[in-house]
Amino acid sequence: MLRNLLKKYDTTDLVMYLIGAVLAALVIYGSYQTLSSGKYSGEVWLDFIIFGLAQGSIYALIALGYTLVYGILFMINFAHGEVFMSGTFTAYFLAIYLDSTGFWNQHPIISILLALVVAVAVSTTIAVVLERIAYRPLRGAPRLVPLITAIGASFFLQYTFRGLYGSGVKTYPDVDALKGSWNIFGIEILKTQAVVIVASVILMVALRFYVQKTKAGRAMRAVAEDKEAAALMGIDVDRVIVNTFALGGASAAAAGIMYALIFKQVNAFMGFIPGIKAFTAAVLGGIGNLPGAMLGGLFLGVVESLGPSLVLDGLGIPAPYQLKDAIAFLMLVLVLIFRPSGIMGENLSEKKA
Amino acid sequence: MTQEKKPTWKDAIQLGVIGGVLVLFVSLVGMVQAFDGRYIISETLTLGQLLLFLPPLIVGYISATRTDAQHRVSGILFGSVSGLVTGAILAALLLLGSAINLRAMFINASPELMDILMFGQETLAVATAVLVIGGALLSVLGAVIRLSPPLIRSAILSGVSAVIIMGIMQELLKITFGGRDWYMPIDDFLYEQKGLSWMGVVVTFLLGVAISLWRARSASRPKKTVVKTRSRERQRYVQIGSFVLGAILLLILPQFLGPYPSEILNTVGIYVIMGIGLNIVVGYAGLLDLGYVAFFAIGAYVVGVLTTTGSLATVMWSWWLALPFAVLVSLLAGVILGIPVLKMRGDYLAIVTLGFGEIIRVVALSNWLKPYIGGAQGILQVPKPQIGDFVFKDPEQIFYLVAIGIGIVAFVAFRLRDARVGRAWKALREDEDVAEAMGINLVNTKLLAFATGAAFAGLSGAIFATKLGSIFPHSFNLIVSINVLSLIIVGGIGSIPGVLVGAFMLVGLPELLREFADYRMLMYGALLVVMMLVKPEGFIPEKTHKAELTDRGDVDFDSEIEPIAPAITEI
Amino acid sequence: MKNIKWITFALVVMLALVLAACGGAKEEATPAPAATEAPAAAATEAPAATEAPSQPAEEMACDDPLGCISVAAGDPIRIGYALVVSGPNETLGVDSRRGIEIAIDDKGEVLGHPIELVGEDALCSAEGGQAAATKLASDPTLIGVIGTNCSSAGEPASAILSDAGTVLVSPSNTAPSLTDPETHQAGYLRTAHNDKVQGKAVAEYAYNELGARTAATIHDGSPYAEQLQQVFADVFTELGGEIVAQEAVNAGDTDMRPVLTSIAVHKPDFLYYPIFIAEGGFITAQAKEVSGLEDTILAGSDGMISPDFVAAAGDAAEGMYISGPNLAFESELGKHFLEAHQAKYGEDPLSAFHAHAYDGANMLFAAVEKVAVQDADGNIYIGRQALRDALFATAGMEGITGTITCDEYGDCADPQIVINQIQNGEYVPVWPK
Repeated sequence: MLRNLLKKYDTTDLVMYLIGAVLAALVIYGSYQTLSSGKYSGEVWLDFIIFGLAQGSIYALIALGYTLVYGILFMINFAHGEVFMSGTFTAYFLAIYLDSTGFWNQHPIISILLALVVAVAVSTTIAVVLERIAYRPLRGAPRLVPLITAIGASFFLQYTFRGLYGSGVKTYPDVDALKGSWNIFGIEILKTQAVVIVASVILMVALRFYVQKTKAGRAMRAVAEDKEAAALMGIDVDRVIVNTFALGGASAAAAGIMYALIFKQVNAFMGFIPGIKAFTAAVLGGIGNLPGAMLGGLFLGVVESLGPSLVLDGLGIPAPYQLKDAIAFLMLVLVLIFRPSGIMGENLSEKKA
Repeated sequence: MTQEKKPTWKDAIQLGVIGGVLVLFVSLVGMVQAFDGRYIISETLTLGQLLLFLPPLIVGYISATRTDAQHRVSGILFGSVSGLVTGAILAALLLLGSAINLRAMFINASPELMDILMFGQETLAVATAVLVIGGALLSVLGAVIRLSPPLIRSAILSGVSAVIIMGIMQELLKITFGGRDWYMPIDDFLYEQKGLSWMGVVVTFLLGVAISLWRARSASRPKKTVVKTRSRERQRYVQIGSFVLGAILLLILPQFLGPYPSEILNTVGIYVIMGIGLNIVVGYAGLLDLGYVAFFAIGAYVVGVLTTTGSLATVMWSWWLALPFAVLVSLLAGVILGIPVLKMRGDYLAIVTLGFGEIIRVVALSNWLKPYIGGAQGILQVPKPQIGDFVFKDPEQIFYLVAIGIGIVAFVAFRLRDARVGRAWKALREDEDVAEAMGINLVNTKLLAFATGAAFAGLSGAIFATKLGSIFPHSFNLIVSINVLSLIIVGGIGSIPGVLVGAFMLVGLPELLREFADYRMLMYGALLVVMMLVKPEGFIPEKTHKAELTDRGDVDFDSEIEPIAPAITEI
Repeated sequence: MKNIKWITFALVVMLALVLAACGGAKEEATPAPAATEAPAAAATEAPAATEAPSQPAEEMACDDPLGCISVAAGDPIRIGYALVVSGPNETLGVDSRRGIEIAIDDKGEVLGHPIELVGEDALCSAEGGQAAATKLASDPTLIGVIGTNCSSAGEPASAILSDAGTVLVSPSNTAPSLTDPETHQAGYLRTAHNDKVQGKAVAEYAYNELGARTAATIHDGSPYAEQLQQVFADVFTELGGEIVAQEAVNAGDTDMRPVLTSIAVHKPDFLYYPIFIAEGGFITAQAKEVSGLEDTILAGSDGMISPDFVAAAGDAAEGMYISGPNLAFESELGKHFLEAHQAKYGEDPLSAFHAHAYDGANMLFAAVEKVAVQDADGNIYIGRQALRDALFATAGMEGITGTITCDEYGDCADPQIVINQIQNGEYVPVWPK
């Protein structure tokens, strides 16, 4: 029995699992310590989880667009965070204009939709132009080459928008209708957070429907599967890829507006860290897998919110929130050790409708 | 193919709009205004104006490219239309900016910018006309340059570039050689207080022309095929010879250049060492590592902890004694990172390594380890290395440390590449499964790649620590990893000379551009994109990589079939 | 085989770079002999030559131990800056640079010479500080440098510039080590507050005036904030208070609720987070949404003195305390500055250290005016050591940040710390009364 088991796993696997087990043991030990110390009440834990879910929804929103492009082109679009930023940052000017006329709070829904339209227009344009200039000419090149142009484009866009709109901290106007909190099933939840969580679910479902059920979505999956074959079947590959980028840009803009509602502040550098987090979330969930990206985002958000208090506190580490990225990435390693292709497994194209 | 197509009005206008977007961009991003005081030619042309003039010129040039030699007149005509559109768009900005306050949105649409766009005209109407007509004239000029015989064309372009480059370099030259007696007459001759003197313009232009003519002449000479007939041995001698030559050059370089250029070279050198190391991981073995900065940080921190004489002092070793430990600890860290990622491929590997880099940084920054490594306050008072009485203190002296480091690392990398393990790496890079089937021990091979790369980064970090004299966790962020990765790809992945060129391009150039302060990163980003578009295979591609690229033709569908593996197989 | 070609190409590229770097030397095409005459005359020793063609023979004897800077008639007096003007901390540097620029506009000219500002991006890191300082140190015409923003950049920069015989006046370095008698560099001064001064003031105010007995702190991993909260915590404990949590966030974080929730468990009387506008805004705005912090008094420091902060934090900022120099927004100089800033840059100041930079630049101008020797033709000579001495002797100078007096280790900030309270979106000084 044991020998057979050992045969199935080679030494590397064993060492890997050992490392995984040590990490897991640390996590469990830390959690146990914290929980048994009774430092935080049940209510506080619930707060942690809700805050984490809200933050995770933002990651998920960005990750959806990310994973879409990623699933079709297998390309790490480092500039996705900047696509996210560009629309939101531009729509800010509409928002303060509307606010100055009083329209913003009189008709909050129309206002937000207007801001969304502007953001989508800008982000989509940027995404498409980016594809045309920086990625399309390199489609045949080794995969690392477009990665570098994406990095370059990311810097370029950051500093372009910083030059255009200035480097000060810009703050979206408050939406009075979204102030305060709702009480849902006895759980106190901030309105903005509830809206963001719901919006991310809607966006995920919509994108998935688009990709799985519509003709354009089928074309996308065909291209993801095999560009050459897709071209032979009469699919305009360039067009499909542009569509994908446009869709990714639009969803990034939607994420951006949600972000602006919940966090208010916008600036030219706001996209970089969420971009990386979204990348992490996408990988965590399984590359190219839309529900996976959603799940990855939520998981990441919750780990960041809960992890420091739950695990690090128990291990006696001071100022644990400083290390939230460390614990998030450790959890990522842990997940990938036991599930090497992400939580949900990968790839848009494998899922046959 | 597209060149034969006859240009249409639509094309011309389209080009004009692109030019217009460019001029709007440089204006609204603030570059025109920021560089308005920066004279290229004394009292005549500022860098800011140049940025406005270049788009219509380029548009005209490209417009003319689309016609063939028979249609010169139409080429010029189309060019002028493009320029007209470009100028009109700029004029629109001027009119709009004068009429309403664009500044609520575009922070740089300031009165000063509008003032610059007026080009000294009194009334808006005249200024508008000047912009539109000026745009057209400039693109006609561009078109004329394009349509002139190749020899003259390249001569003009080379001359103009020479003038621009020398104009930009004034400050740098003065800082570098300002104290030298031999330089002052040259400076007086070439430059006024700000910008080139007219004599300087003429001389540099002629110099540019001369270079271009010389290059044309040597290119037209029949190419000798000697290279091909050379024996392997001779090739080797040539190689060694050129390296020796390079070494000598490097030795006298810092003394000749003085502190600031030496400082730049040191920074470049530190990245070269890292680049050679990452090249082994990414270029040879095909393992995409986005967290390479971790090992750099570890090397620096080990040296810091072991040598510092400040408040965190421990053993207060000399740098030389601490160095092997720095390298060793980094190497171990490489192995430790290597184990959990052994089975991961492609982008999973990328994100996990990225995470590792971040973990190291935040842990270094944390309050948790503050009593040992200083947290946010860093480690201060890291001593300089010393041999007898010779202290490696100033940039000129640190340079030798860096140069020796590069020498060692490059030598090891060369040897490894040609050794058995080098071939194993290559096999791994091409196809992991096949490599395994061929009897290559994947575990050892991968771990060796990680360990070697990490050790090099550790060495680099050790030099970095002593060069700075203090270590702060903020020096070790993701940008460093990105920078190193970019430079090896820009240089040509897998190629060691490529690392040198890449480092000069991506580290040296931005350092030289330091005076462009705010716009440095903007230029850097644009540079990355443009370089990759122009030379996707890198500046000095490695032989096999190049062969792969050309063999497969333009479109590489194969890479897309396997969703996870491509990052590995296609590097 | 192509290898050779490429290696030679690489060498040529390198050579070209070298040649390009020596530029003018091309005509002679003899770089070799130049290398031999390289006993790099320490830039500091050589009396800097001016590039004016009609350079008068330098009659004026320079007996300054560090050498002299001479500025020919009509030439500008040049000062440098080494600030962080790119990257995530760029608002700090851009803000300070604007302070210098407005100081130059206000000053007009020094002894009949226009003022020219040249500068380098020093980033917010040690390597950036080193590179910028090395470059500025090799420019013999600079009379002094304003910088750096971040203490990490200041560490190497202060040493390099001091060795080069020039001066570095920092608008925003706050690390105590920079003016510590043991590690102070001879040419280093600052107009920003030593963390020791400010942290102490806040702790005393919280304990004595507000009656806080438990306190928590948050920093953002910057040396500035980390040090400041530590000094606060130490003094607060000494006074008899209790520090219940010392937390940290990362620059770039947006969701502060989890960390606030973990602090809220302790229900501190006082929460001190001396960080910057963006993250400070998030904490302020979100603290009100976390149960357990309703009665906690919020406080920050000069990194958050900006209209942008009030906008970012929104209503939640109302009533919070911000320590800092006496910016006295109602003072004439302060008002004038804000107006000039709005007119020149079209927005409010980006951060808090524009005023310190403004004062630092004026300090430098005043010192130049004091020590410069002017000859009949209008040429001026400035002894480097004399300039240094004059700077360190600065006393009673009225600036935006208060009355500036330097001590022997370069701390020049007015020791008077003011605690402002945000009332109706304005910073209102409430202590000392």
